[in-house]
Amino acid sequence: MISFQNITKVYKSGISPISALEDVSFEINQGEFVSIVGRSGAGKTTLFKLFLAEEKPTSGQIFYEGQDVHKIKSEQLPYFRRRIGAVFQDYKLLGTKTVHENVAYIMEVMGATEREINKDVTKVLEITGLAERANNFPEELSGGERQRAAIARALIHRPDIILADEPTGNLDPFHTKEIIKLLDTINQMGTTVLLATHNKDIINTLKKRVVTLEQGRIIRDEERGKFAL
Amino acid sequence: MFLISLKRIAKSGWKGFRRQGGLSFATIFIMVLTISLATSMFLAQKTSQFLVASLKEKVDMYIYFKQELSSDDILIVKDELSKMPEVKEVLYVSREEALDKFTERHKEDEAIMDSLEELGRNPLLASLNIKAWEATQYAAISSFITDSPFNDLVAKVDYQQKKSAIDKIFSLTDSINMAGIVFSIGFALVAILVAFNTVRLAIYNAREEIETMRLVGAANWFIRGPFLFQGILAGLFAVAVTMLIFGIGLYFLGPHLAILIPGFNIFSYFIGNILLILLIQLVAGVGLGVISSWIAIRKYLKA
Ligand SMILES: Nc1ncnc2c1ncn2[C@@H]1O[C@H](COP(=O)(O)OP(=O)(O)O)[C@@H](O)[C@H]1O
Ligand SMILES: [Mg+2]
Repeated sequence: MISFQNITKVYKSGISPISALEDVSFEINQGEFVSIVGRSGAGKTTLFKLFLAEEKPTSGQIFYEGQDVHKIKSEQLPYFRRRIGAVFQDYKLLGTKTVHENVAYIMEVMGATEREINKDVTKVLEITGLAERANNFPEELSGGERQRAAIARALIHRPDIILADEPTGNLDPFHTKEIIKLLDTINQMGTTVLLATHNKDIINTLKKRVVTLEQGRIIRDEERGKFAL
Repeated sequence: MFLISLKRIAKSGWKGFRRQGGLSFATIFIMVLTISLATSMFLAQKTSQFLVASLKEKVDMYIYFKQELSSDDILIVKDELSKMPEVKEVLYVSREEALDKFTERHKEDEAIMDSLEELGRNPLLASLNIKAWEATQYAAISSFITDSPFNDLVAKVDYQQKKSAIDKIFSLTDSINMAGIVFSIGFALVAILVAFNTVRLAIYNAREEIETMRLVGAANWFIRGPFLFQGILAGLFAVAVTMLIFGIGLYFLGPHLAILIPGFNIFSYFIGNILLILLIQLVAGVGLGVISSWIAIRKYLKA
């Protein structure tokens, strides 16, 4: 379903070019739960950015259902992105909107009715433990609460794929367990999940496929991976 | 779907407008300045038109006839002149009327009155007072008379004397108009640039949000919509504020201006043309808001 083919990404912005990914190839099947593991700077976020077509690869291609993601026309790109629910490492919540509005935004974009939106948002905020914070602005939330709001936004529209970039980085063990359980449940209902993490406990309890990145290269790809760096 | 999106865009625009009160206030403030400028330009233009018209009204021409002519002869000339397309109005001033006017005007001046009495007769000539439609037409009327058979009856044409004054008025109003236009265009450009930059700054502040909206799959028009709506809102508020300022300001300024330019009441002119002024302001305010937002956001919506 998703296929990364010989992806190389070199950032040329600074004084010296930074090679973030080098010749990365792997495939993800529909309904899979894949953890991407690697030290900070290994290239996990870059991989997600490339898949969302936020960045272009220096070379190589990414296919989603046979379509080269970077050849999608700009008018069609929003429709592709709506099939993905992304939890960004830096949350990317809309600062001028409340938690409720942030989570509702994608449903508004997709043209859902007010009733559907209110029903679903209320439910998702309850699941992520944010019901009390619905009318607060992101800057009024703690780091953990922001992270959960970002997760709520990624789930709300029932995307085909979830990209979760270190979604538990700011959470306490209780909420970490809850969120991983939630991702697992969603995955069991058929959603493909890509989880970038460097949390050892998560990987070891999940017992799912683990792709390990080191300095932009895949050094391991195991079906029932254990955490090892 | 379309209506629901439109409603959402409006709602989101309104919320953003309210929540970023400081920024909205700054935008409105700058726009008030710009719209005030447009309105002032309009009013100044109208004031100067009124001024020029009343000056032109004062420009006229006298044809003096030889003393021995009867009023019937002069009235024939009057009829001929009235037929000229350039002539707006011809008034016959008899010798007696001329004398009455003269004494009226100089009754304070003893020296003149004494010498008039000493003379013992009416020294003044009968004349035709001619008003043309346009001040530039006096030359044509003047040469019509000199070339016509009536020329023998004419003692003098009091146009040459006024010619230089007329020319002066015209070169003056022309250069005032030119200076006004150049000045206004310069000012308008500055005001538009400042307003545009204010809007651009507001959108620059939102660039990360715009990027996020794109990443979660919002179509460009759905992202742009609320910003355009905020531009419209800022424009509308600015128009309301400007209207208030001008309404109150001109109400108090009117009487003072009327002393300088008799017969011109700027406040009643403002009220009389309120719809046109409102239209100018709306075009300036809302147009500026929408166009600036459109241009400013374009940069962040490119792929
Ligand atoms: N926009 C960028 N410009 C330049 N270098 C970048 C940029 N984004 C990431 N990098 C570099 O690319 C490498 C991989 O980064 P990243 O994908 O964020 O890693 P991870 O998410 O695994 O921590 C790092 O060395 C980082 O410094
Ligand atoms: Mg990262």
